[in-house]
Amino acid sequence: MARIINKAAGTEVPRRRVVAGLLATAAGVAMLAGCTSKSDAGNQAGAATIQLLNVSYDPTRELYKDINTAFAKQWQAQHGQSVTIDMSHGGSGKQSRAVIDGLGADVVTLALAYDIDAIAQKTKLLDPNWQSRLPDNSAPYTSTIVFLVRKGNPKGIHDWGDLVKPGVQVITPNPKTSGGARWNFLAAWAYGKKVGGSDAAAQKYVSRLFAQVPVLDSGARGATTTFTERGIGDVLLAWENEAFLAQNELGKGKFDIVVPSISILAEPPVAVIDGNAAKHGTNAVATAYLKFLYTPQAQELIARHYYRPRDPQVAAKYGNLFPRLDLVTIKDFGGWQAAQARYFADGGVFDQIEAGIHH
Amino acid sequence: MDLPDISVDTGGGRRPRRSSFVQPSVIPGFGLTFGFTLAWLCLIVLLPLSALFLRATGMSWHDFLEVGFSTRALRAYQLSFGASLAAGAVNTVSGLIIAWVLVRYSFPGKRLIGALVDLPFALPTAVAGIALTALYAQNGWIGGLIAPLGVKIAFTRAGVVIALIFIGLPFVVRSVEPVLADVGADVEEAAATLGATPLQTFRRVILPAIGPALLTGFALAFARGVGEYGSVIFIAGNMPYRSEIAPLLIVTQLEQFDYAGATAIASVMLVAAFVVLLFVNLLQRWTRKRGVA
Amino acid sequence: MAGTLAPSRTGRVVLMVLAFAFLALFIVAPLVAVFVEALSKGIATYGAALVEPDALSAIKLTLLVAAISVPLNVLFGLAASWAITKFDFPAKNLLITLIDLPFSVSPVVAGLIYVLLFGAQGWLGPWLEAHNVQIIFAVPGIVLATTFITFPFVARELIPLMEEQGRDDEEAAISLGASGWQAFRKVTLPNVRWALLYGVLLCNARAMGEFGAVSVVSGHIRGKTNTMPLHVEILYNEYNFAAAFAVASLLALLALATLALKSILEWRYGVHGKGHP
Repeated sequence: MARIINKAAGTEVPRRRVVAGLLATAAGVAMLAGCTSKSDAGNQAGAATIQLLNVSYDPTRELYKDINTAFAKQWQAQHGQSVTIDMSHGGSGKQSRAVIDGLGADVVTLALAYDIDAIAQKTKLLDPNWQSRLPDNSAPYTSTIVFLVRKGNPKGIHDWGDLVKPGVQVITPNPKTSGGARWNFLAAWAYGKKVGGSDAAAQKYVSRLFAQVPVLDSGARGATTTFTERGIGDVLLAWENEAFLAQNELGKGKFDIVVPSISILAEPPVAVIDGNAAKHGTNAVATAYLKFLYTPQAQELIARHYYRPRDPQVAAKYGNLFPRLDLVTIKDFGGWQAAQARYFADGGVFDQIEAGIHH
Repeated sequence: MDLPDISVDTGGGRRPRRSSFVQPSVIPGFGLTFGFTLAWLCLIVLLPLSALFLRATGMSWHDFLEVGFSTRALRAYQLSFGASLAAGAVNTVSGLIIAWVLVRYSFPGKRLIGALVDLPFALPTAVAGIALTALYAQNGWIGGLIAPLGVKIAFTRAGVVIALIFIGLPFVVRSVEPVLADVGADVEEAAATLGATPLQTFRRVILPAIGPALLTGFALAFARGVGEYGSVIFIAGNMPYRSEIAPLLIVTQLEQFDYAGATAIASVMLVAAFVVLLFVNLLQRWTRKRGVA
Repeated sequence: MAGTLAPSRTGRVVLMVLAFAFLALFIVAPLVAVFVEALSKGIATYGAALVEPDALSAIKLTLLVAAISVPLNVLFGLAASWAITKFDFPAKNLLITLIDLPFSVSPVVAGLIYVLLFGAQGWLGPWLEAHNVQIIFAVPGIVLATTFITFPFVARELIPLMEEQGRDDEEAAISLGASGWQAFRKVTLPNVRWALLYGVLLCNARAMGEFGAVSVVSGHIRGKTNTMPLHVEILYNEYNFAAAFAVASLLALLALATLALKSILEWRYGVHGKGHP
């Protein structure tokens, strides 16, 4: 019995025990800290190998795989330095947010200028006038929005007007989360306005269009998969490059591309994130990397991946691949800041449309 | 989210003060383990979660209500909680049946089946989402079978329920199994000898014994389902007001750089989850005490 | 075994059919689908998908993350269950509920809170930036998010069992002169080893398979911060379905292997024969 009391007395110094518990926790934290990586950010300017991080949006994976190889070869030849380019892909808005939250991108290559503007506004990493630093609004390639339909076009879809016919199911990602879908939305709006003559008519048309949408994926790639793999819907509103990719590589002979009478000139911009590049000592190589995109060699790769090249000669060479059509631009909507606030912000036109459809 | 009741005044060192917090015991190690538990809990869970609430308090009360309880958010909660409830209910019944079969019957391959039940714990949620979508889409193995009947599962609310059934099943089976084994077949045999019908035996003898475990399994499956994201986004249609789950709404807010909106919705869900779990823990404790008395 | 709920041989058949049908529909079918899709382009493509450098680095990262967060949670689970089940103190329910909390917090929120804390715009962001420490979009962030998600797994398995077993054994051991540590090692640990093992397996499986939370804090840098589930998503988004399911099947195999291991151990030591589960 004495023993029990003794032992019990032993527990009467809990302060020391609590301290011991805290120490044990500290040990745990130390374990975590042990794996804390000092970011390998040190200045790399003079190193034998240099690393770049390109934070991009979803559909550019295949393009940048080729671009990176070509650029690395050129940089090695010119500077005797080997460069590896790490890639991060995801929805454009999500990627932009990651950079704002500290993802150490040296360059960003996103779906819309709005997402790079957001980085400039919310951090000090980037000059607000970034878009004028490179030619063509900092967009070395363009694309547009076209329709992908099932082989033989069984529903007879030829233009935007056919999308709101009864029984036609339209697949598009969610404009709230997908950059590509915002271009879709604006292209549809442009058609509605052209035909109806007013914003009210445009909103009516777009409302009818979104009433025919059965699934809203969060990204362009998800929407393509829904259409091609799951067999949902009659028409996919897609980036032109994605439509070509689906037609030529996903299901040869299973899909047709339909080019509408009017669409939008999508300009996916690129920018060096100065703050990160300065910290990493990668300014020179990052700038060279983006300038490389404008060279004939890169423009050729760009065209081969179904993006519309800026270079007139390359454009002429691939002219029959990219049909000419009536294209509005984001300027017709007052630029991205205005378009975002009016159409896609909370309570904006898109929210009103969705609320109207489901109430 | 602080802990007003658990002030660490265990450091008093003198028995009277100490016993005001922890009952005296011959077993040592309270200070060490309790200190570690509390510290680690604060570090990994409470501190990060408080960051969330502080962000939310950055908004005015009016804004918070506006975003946290907008029609769209309410519909999303409705779907997240409703689908979890439905999936939990399905799992309570089927989980009980599966646990029953595993405990009471012997058959070849029993061990294999038993191990398979844990698969949803182990299979990454994104993989589960992709696989379930492939199965239940109109052109999938199962979706194709029922499509002619006019039933659509993938890309509807039913798809959400299917994903949550998959996620939640093991919780029920694993909660019920040990208790069912403890009840033992002899109790049933005794009841049967006393003239009870199988149904009576089940209702009067077995159900009261396994009730708390069943409820725990249900609640765990429910709580897990409310927050589930990875498996659901693939198979839900993600249509605002219709098939959009609350976690997706959080992601949507984030991608519009709207941290305040995201934290508002996240806070609402967090409080709801906390209340559900607290209720379950109290209930469990209560039934256990009643069982002892 | 026959004779329980005696009259119903048919009842038994019906129940078994129901159970098997349900399992087939919801558990086996997705599993089979993963392997069928993985092998749809042949075994060569399957193998190539697994030895590709990005896949290998994803596998390595996943193993590393699990190797750090699982032991931490085992330590925590043992400490927490000891404190909670061997002592009486107020607000115990609150403590248990808080331990359970990560379990029902949406993975998305779990990722978000660490971004709010450690992100460049977060509380500690500027300080971390100044000291050149990267937590979010690097391995530590992934470890933290995983630790959060798997936080309750071991404790959840141990607490109910230790509660049920009571304190008598430990009290007896200590009255016979054992130290607290000895009582824990010689008495408690053997009593709970199966629950502990089970908790570790679940914790490990969840740690390796977590998607939502890790996705928020990873940054998705190919070959650097992609875990296996993220790599699956990336391949899927590249329309490389066979490769996506190949990596997924590896995770499924891993899951099956751990579950098999658990079954074998149980059988070997005849754990079901004992009074305590």
